[in-house]
Amino acid sequence: MSKMTESADDMTKSTSPFLSLTGLRAALRDGSISSTAATEAILTRIETIDPTLRSFVTVTAEEALAQARAADQRLANGEKTPLLGVPVAIKEILCSEGIVSQAGSKILEGFKPPYDAYVVSKLKAAGAVIVGMTNTDEFGMGSSTEYSAFQTSRNPWNIECTPGGSSGGSAAAVAGGLAYGALGTDTGGSVRLPASFCGIVGLRPTYGRVSRWGVIAYASSLDQVGPMGRTVEDTAVMLQTISGYDERDSTSIETAVPDYEAACTGDIRGLKIGIPQEYFIEGLDPEVKAAVEAAIEQLAALGAEIVDISLPHTKYALPMYYLIATAEASANLARYDGVRFGPRVPGKDVIETTMRTRALFGPEVKNRIMLGTFVLSAGYYDAYYGRALKARTLLINDFNRAFEQVDVILTPTSPTTAFKIGEKADDPLQMYLTDIFTVSLNLSASCGLSVPCGRDSAGLPIGLQLIGATLQEETILRVAHAYQQATEWHTAHPPV
Amino acid sequence: MSTLSLQDVEKIALLARLYLTPEEKAKYQQQLSDVLTYVEQLSELDLDGVPPQAHAVAQQNIMREDEVNSTIPINKALGNAAATADDQFAIQAVFDE
Repeated sequence: MSKMTESADDMTKSTSPFLSLTGLRAALRDGSISSTAATEAILTRIETIDPTLRSFVTVTAEEALAQARAADQRLANGEKTPLLGVPVAIKEILCSEGIVSQAGSKILEGFKPPYDAYVVSKLKAAGAVIVGMTNTDEFGMGSSTEYSAFQTSRNPWNIECTPGGSSGGSAAAVAGGLAYGALGTDTGGSVRLPASFCGIVGLRPTYGRVSRWGVIAYASSLDQVGPMGRTVEDTAVMLQTISGYDERDSTSIETAVPDYEAACTGDIRGLKIGIPQEYFIEGLDPEVKAAVEAAIEQLAALGAEIVDISLPHTKYALPMYYLIATAEASANLARYDGVRFGPRVPGKDVIETTMRTRALFGPEVKNRIMLGTFVLSAGYYDAYYGRALKARTLLINDFNRAFEQVDVILTPTSPTTAFKIGEKADDPLQMYLTDIFTVSLNLSASCGLSVPCGRDSAGLPIGLQLIGATLQEETILRVAHAYQQATEWHTAHPPV
Repeated sequence: MSTLSLQDVEKIALLARLYLTPEEKAKYQQQLSDVLTYVEQLSELDLDGVPPQAHAVAQQNIMREDEVNSTIPINKALGNAAATADDQFAIQAVFDE
């Protein structure tokens, strides 16, 4: 291990940027740190380090300090809302009233949302201090942040590498100690992949667990907001905060929210963990494979029962994803025509104005709109989009059958560790393949998370993916927490 | 092997209301053909009689009371518009005068 931090006891008495969220919360509650001091320390750190990491597109220092002062007042009154006074970051694909959120796109340059996303209002109600908006691939379409129109974020473990994407800004910020937790969105793996690349925890909730109200849409049947943290418990606290029913999202699930922190019991004896052979394929980096196999042994040692399973339609998930996601994107992104938001590029008539304005989309977004438009067009719908929807049924059946046998499915999060900036940016298909292990979950009704399980010989983090059945977030948190209690990967921090 | 012609690309771009430069047209012709070839794997599957699934969590007919709730005030709704007139979004004339 490269650089170990001081013990947990020492950390709670300092403003260490790598203190856990729950550790900071305890320190805020017992008065050993003020939210103002913690927030100032984070803002100073952002000023020092973020010119290198480029994880934030907008830093909201003034608003954050006002929120921190208000939190200190409430803390002094003995209030204990879940995130009271804790500095967090959010992906700039979420709407926060009056704060520029551009979804990484020139077509939304300068957009100031007129209202808060459901998840943002929940963060605010929980007392969080929002320090800024983090970088994303344009509209969440990418796996590296290289498709952001504004900047490319860097991996804190090696700044020549990408942090993954699309929630790469949030992942880099959390891993680099620039926030105690963050929100991302996950349409095809965009929370889990960057969490894996940056050595943190990232969770994609079951579709419908978290309201999509105020989330700038990419693919509506797949989009979901997910929490990111340096520990499993931190991630559980964030998930607790953003979960719940919201009638403004018609796909929101109306069911009680369990106590996710309480799910972190450390006891996984008797749990059945399934290992799908289809994820241990050619192209899986041997070092990733070895780390994941060591994690399987560790979980077995903790009392879990390891079961070989099969998810036979795995290899069809990525083709399905690119047909379904792009079809939905082409419909969702039709709204960007320079009328209600974003800049307008004038042409000789309405149509030309629309077409010139939409030329502000970046290359990958245009690519996906074109693909989605094609697969939905007359004569091709049945052959492409219709086929993908039917294949999706087979994939969902795979998971349903597997979850009759096991409680959790375990896979690598990504076939490789973080790749170099520029390595795949000009080859969309190669970029798509980085999501090969994450997309299945989005197409099915499962939930999943990535938890650090090692580092390769270059020192880059390796992620373990745990997949749970519909609304079984407690189970995957329990397994990841138990794993984290028995290992030290999460206690090491990058050299920034 | 799926290939799109330049004319196909131009037709899709018009449907999608995207202005493309000649260089972009050539690039997307190649990239889209590559991706379409890749997704052709799905034709290996026997999908006869398999019902389509549009959403992961199947929900139907989500109803709510038709109640008046607070909405965004007009000035806020118009706040991001490129052009406004008389409390409305303004665009170019669609029909000749």
